[in-house]
Amino acid sequence: MKRLLIWLPFLLFAGFVLLFVLGMFKPDDRVITSKLVGQPLPAFALPAGASDRPGLSSTDLATGEPHLLNIFASWCVPCAAEAPQLLALKQAGAKIDAIAIRDARPDVDGFLKRWGNPYDRIGLDARSSVQLALGSSGVPETFVIDGKGRIVHQHIGDIREENVPEILAKLRAAR
Amino acid sequence: MKLIVKFWVAMLANLMISGVCMAQTALPPAPWADRQLPDPKQEQRARDLMLTIRCLTCQSQSIADSNASMAGDLRSEIRQRIAAGEEPEHIRRWLIERYGDWISYEPTAAPILWPLWAAPILLLLGGALLVRGRIRRKRKAP
Repeated sequence: MKRLLIWLPFLLFAGFVLLFVLGMFKPDDRVITSKLVGQPLPAFALPAGASDRPGLSSTDLATGEPHLLNIFASWCVPCAAEAPQLLALKQAGAKIDAIAIRDARPDVDGFLKRWGNPYDRIGLDARSSVQLALGSSGVPETFVIDGKGRIVHQHIGDIREENVPEILAKLRAAR
Repeated sequence: MKLIVKFWVAMLANLMISGVCMAQTALPPAPWADRQLPDPKQEQRARDLMLTIRCLTCQSQSIADSNASMAGDLRSEIRQRIAAGEEPEHIRRWLIERYGDWISYEPTAAPILWPLWAAPILLLLGGALLVRGRIRRKRKAP
């Protein structure tokens, strides 16, 4: 018994080394999904984020029709990269509203002029408070909202070309 | 050779500049992001909470330590809510509802953490047994 026990610290040590080595090769998962998926949108009302679009409140997203809610910012590089995909989604019939995070109206105007404007309404969330209430952890993110104002899907990161059919399918399913 | 070095220096500079640009937002920090509440007791409560809330951008830091703009916004939100009389634990629950247990550094009593809570007791018991064995052996020895 004692003979075997003497090996215990070494085995523990070897176990820890194995654990750490395996951990080093596991890809780092830094994506934090919102726990509000499947639940109603929190209530909010935001002022207009662009000079030629109205502001956005949670009631605008519960009109009986599914919407995309895009979380973006004029200072965010991947948001510019996803602009063509948002325009394609709009062409395919998606209703897209947006919240501009930590932004200013002239900057949003400039951003939309440069990359195109697929949005019907844009809310300005200067202190990220609605972003926090949504459980969103960064920009860009896109929520699929059903006609009753319930969050049914969250897409984290920029929308790539290959994501467009998936998002259209989620929109159709939310009808 | 010189060209290759120049290329890499340019790439590195490029990376550093783009990194800085991506982290920048046009707005100044939120009003209470880096300013203490006038009431020291409230500030203490806000600070204790902020030290145990994890930053969403710099994921190994608390929001009290992070310079990320989102952490600043959350600090400001927490200070405003505490100044309005909200309980820190209520704010923590509000955040956990949105981001999951991930957002809080405070360990909970969830079943998955029972071994963690039991470990010190088990180690102390093991130590006591070892000591008892030693003392008994010493008494027998002389």
